[in-house]
Amino acid sequence: MRKTSVRVLVIFFAFCFSASPCFGEALDAFEGQKGTIKIAGGTAHIPVMKEAAKRIMTRYKGIVITVGGGGSGVGIKQVGEGLVDIGNSGRAPRPEEIEPYDLKMFKWAIDGVAVVVHPANPVKSLTKDRLKEIFSEKIDNWKTLGGADHAITVYTRDEASGTREVFWEKALDKDLISKKALFIPSNGAMKTAVANDPYAIGYVSVGHMDPSVAPVTLDGVTPTIETVANGQYKVSRGLYSNTRGEPKGLTKLFIDYLFTAEGQQIVVDNGFISVK
Amino acid sequence: MRFSSENIARNVFFLCTIAGAVVISSILLFMIALGLPLFKESSFFSVWTGPWDPYQGLYGILPMIIGTLWIALPATVLALPLSLGTAFVITILGGSRLRKILGVLVRFMTGIPTVVYGFVGIFLLVPLIREGFGGAGMCVLAASIVLAILISPTMILFFSDSLTSVNPVDVRAAKALGADRVQRLLYVILPKAFGGMTSGFILAMGRALGDTLIALMLAGNAIRAPRGVLEPARTLTAHIALVKAADFNSLEFRSIFACGIALYLFTTTAVVAVRFMDYKRSVVQ
Repeated sequence: MRKTSVRVLVIFFAFCFSASPCFGEALDAFEGQKGTIKIAGGTAHIPVMKEAAKRIMTRYKGIVITVGGGGSGVGIKQVGEGLVDIGNSGRAPRPEEIEPYDLKMFKWAIDGVAVVVHPANPVKSLTKDRLKEIFSEKIDNWKTLGGADHAITVYTRDEASGTREVFWEKALDKDLISKKALFIPSNGAMKTAVANDPYAIGYVSVGHMDPSVAPVTLDGVTPTIETVANGQYKVSRGLYSNTRGEPKGLTKLFIDYLFTAEGQQIVVDNGFISVK
Repeated sequence: MRFSSENIARNVFFLCTIAGAVVISSILLFMIALGLPLFKESSFFSVWTGPWDPYQGLYGILPMIIGTLWIALPATVLALPLSLGTAFVITILGGSRLRKILGVLVRFMTGIPTVVYGFVGIFLLVPLIREGFGGAGMCVLAASIVLAILISPTMILFFSDSLTSVNPVDVRAAKALGADRVQRLLYVILPKAFGGMTSGFILAMGRALGDTLIALMLAGNAIRAPRGVLEPARTLTAHIALVKAADFNSLEFRSIFACGIALYLFTTTAVVAVRFMDYKRSVVQ
């Protein structure tokens, strides 16, 4: 009964005026199709998945697309077990995950993982070494770094998180994460937690950043869409959608749609970087 | 054996009981069987007594067992006086109007989804605790307070039921002897209702032990056992929710079954305690 992996069942069925034929021909591929697509996994992917699902479902009433969360590990596991049609992951699946299920992966966006603090926090720039010291609890007060005299609250993500894995590998160089760190189960919840805690430090997908949290410049590079896109900001990763075996039918159409100009526009609108 | 409707009914219900018992015991067996790889890999003992640090190959769930107790016990202790007072007012002390309003309110509280309590906790209680007491805000205290509110309706309803089911003849006798409302409550009703109230208390504690969402949202889920009420903690249930996403064949994932067994034992102990007290009471009477 994990309500945090909120099943967002977006059914924008009939009666929706936005169903006017103003969309590009990218959606035409779904003409005459009927059925359901079940999607779960990476929480960074959710905004793009929901928008794509909304556009398809408003135009074609016979198609139902459900978008769930759970984390990258869940996505890979569920698609492998055949519980969902598409399993999203914020990291490339490992060989031992691909092998038994014959997973096919599709990288449709590039995303960064940004260190974030509360906007009121004066500390907005850190070196990688300082970051490691904060996350391993060697520095435990903001005062040391020029901030308020208050203990630092370190927020991290759960074991299934692809965001966590990328952050741990590329920002912390697989260094220790304090055992006192608080665990947050999704990108959205992480943003809420940091936005509400003036002494917080955490990390979220660059696509999820908004003014409620402040990005931290890491080794002189501020995480933005531009710096991730041009490779200056190193803590980045692909966003993947995985299927079991070659995708077929509706699932294939959905993945193809993500790679069309319209699909990639949704990617860009949500703060991610297009793969094209 | 005749095919009377009574016989058929009895057999049907007997089959239902058997089915229920089989399901429950097979869940335990299932958890033990699936947890076996973990118990083999890191010794059976260390799973229950060791720390949790998957990167170091340590899969102990002791911090979560401690975390569960740290959160559930204070919650029950906080909820007890709250529920006792409310139940007294609802059943005996309050005026008829107040009783009705409170009764409706309590029943309404049982229907509020847990996630709503969790949300209110995150936006109201956590900042208050962070500013008032320091620390991260997401801690044992925050989870316990909200959990106490969550389980009180259960306790209140159980308490009220036991209080009202006391034989009215006894109450009237006390009234005739000149006992006022408080005296009737303390010396006649309370001793008679004590057994039922204990059951309510233990069941509410079971609910506190088994709740997932409040701890997951408010306790911070840190993997170290808490050393005080202002420290973050991870409960067994929250641990299951967080680790269930790990690779199915990993030992991390297997630890879910150890947690399941621990929770199973907690609940069983609570239920056995209730049964035992019921039994003792029936022997005494």
